Amino acid sequence: MSASIRVRAAARLTVAGCGALVCAVVLVACSKPAGVGGPASVTLLNVSYDPTRELYEAVDKAFAAQWLASTGEHVTIHQSHGGSGKQARAIIDGLEADVATLALAYDLSELNVKAQLIPADWASRLPYNSAPYTSTIVFLVRKGNPKNIRDWDDLVRPGVQVITPNPKSSGGARWNYLAAWAWALKQPGGDDAHAKDFVHKLYKNVPVLDSGARGATVTFVDRGIGDVLLAWENEALLAKQQLGPDKLDIVLPSLSILTEPPVTLVDKVVDRRGTRKVAEAYLKFLYSAQGQDIIARNFYRPRDPEIARKYASRFPSIKLVTIDDTFGGWEQAQAKHFDDGGTFDQIYAQ
Amino acid sequence: MIRRQQIPEELGRYALLAVALLYLVGLVALPLVVVFVEAFAKGIGSYILALLDPYALAAMRLTLLTAAIVVPLNLAFGIAAAWAIAKFEFRGKNALITVIDLPFAVSPVISGLIYVLMFGAQGWFGPWLMAHDIHIIFAVPGIILATTFVTLPFVARELIPLMQTQGNDEEVTALSLGASGWQTFRLVTLPNIRWGLLYGVLLCNARAMGEFGAVSVVSGHIRGQTNTLPLHIEILHSEYNYVGAFASASLLALLALVTLVAKTLLERRHPELRAGVATHA
Repeated sequence: MSASIRVRAAARLTVAGCGALVCAVVLVACSKPAGVGGPASVTLLNVSYDPTRELYEAVDKAFAAQWLASTGEHVTIHQSHGGSGKQARAIIDGLEADVATLALAYDLSELNVKAQLIPADWASRLPYNSAPYTSTIVFLVRKGNPKNIRDWDDLVRPGVQVITPNPKSSGGARWNYLAAWAWALKQPGGDDAHAKDFVHKLYKNVPVLDSGARGATVTFVDRGIGDVLLAWENEALLAKQQLGPDKLDIVLPSLSILTEPPVTLVDKVVDRRGTRKVAEAYLKFLYSAQGQDIIARNFYRPRDPEIARKYASRFPSIKLVTIDDTFGGWEQAQAKHFDDGGTFDQIYAQ
Repeated sequence: MIRRQQIPEELGRYALLAVALLYLVGLVALPLVVVFVEAFAKGIGSYILALLDPYALAAMRLTLLTAAIVVPLNLAFGIAAAWAIAKFEFRGKNALITVIDLPFAVSPVISGLIYVLMFGAQGWFGPWLMAHDIHIIFAVPGIILATTFVTLPFVARELIPLMQTQGNDEEVTALSLGASGWQTFRLVTLPNIRWGLLYGVLLCNARAMGEFGAVSVVSGHIRGQTNTLPLHIEILHSEYNYVGAFASASLLALLALVTLVAKTLLERRHPELRAGVATHA
């Protein structure tokens, strides 16, 4: 008697379990994936670095409307964001990016060197070395600047906590590192030894290394850790806008670095997927007047001189070095500072 | 006399209780309250809108799909493994138990990375998969693989001690009375382990839906495509969309609460399950 009740209970349990499973699967199978359009539709995957989420959300919307109007084809652009180096690694490992829009040229070159996904001359395929906008590195401090942080040398003072992400995985962090190095180099009597010593002292004041720029911003703004965040100008302006000007101040150092985040289509992927034409149009759109305007509105410095004039008040002029004139290009900078055993490893191990 | 002895004793008891309560409230209850307060910070309308966002829906769908595949897989594996380990003697048994425990021992990030190293474009099988246009890493199969790996021990670990305590006697009796192997399993073993089994499934399901680390490595973070609910929450949070992030988080928290209530009810009806909890890795 009791055995048969047990069996019935077990059977009921099994049926209920199977029922729940079937329901879940049916639910999943019947619901349409997000963003699938009509018959004439195409998808692109844009693999980008950390702080560009808001920028590409706006760009994608505008481009999709323009593409539909000019070709009658629906285009859905999927986005993936993360630390620039990490994202390059994912593309090399097989993440099917039609276009890659990363934080610095070195990460895109890796797509050529490590996996031959793009040709070696990728940078010359679009204007301005394939960087449709620029930015720079600034300081984000708490309202009223309680630690009185004015320039790079204030960052090495004892008791000042500096937030910056990990240069191994983040593009922004590598720009931060080089900007600090460049400042030290340009001081009276500055040379590589002085610069290394300065950067070493600076990283002694860094309590936590996030893997991407946005993670670092969240650490600083949300978790309230640190006195100063080394940030992309676009990220600093956005954080200030999102969280209210009553919480944060931006400090411009006496010297910073011109950051040029480049874009490319990923040849091996677009040729396999048959998306070359739309991917090309997407990147060209970034250079158009409409694209440049969206870029400026999202706090990135536009290339187009006319749009730049329109938004001039947003982007104060600041003395900038470039990766080419101060560091001999990204290949050299990467090898000297960020590869295994480079200056970053040396100072961070100490 | 009696009172003087009782007072310090009671004081000690209450002090201990207060410490335990404070600890729980601070570490568990308060953060849980924060999730719901933040989720409803801009009213119930924003909360519902945040949950109906296409990306949020896609993330929920993927999370459900993952659990719907992973849980039955590990259920079948868990029963088979526990059955073999508890009812039979064979060489390499200890090795098998160790392997089952392995996913608990390694960091979830490593669990994800091993699949990238195997199936990534630069990995062992990458070029072959690429040539045949099969997507595993940075696609749904990779997420399912990584989740399966991470949640593999739950059912087996729950059943092994239970089946070991129960021993073979009932099965042997059934067999000697002429029952077939399948009948023995269905009519004798399964009814004996069903509550432990359900308990294991609950834990497995909770982890499958909540897993972050391993899935993060193999996901590629494509919005609307390969973002599970936990990944979606992280993305929303880092986009300053707190209502959206906490609304999705409240879904996961609700799921955890439901699981917990189900578990408590199970334990109340079947106190013998608590023994199983203690042996849980």
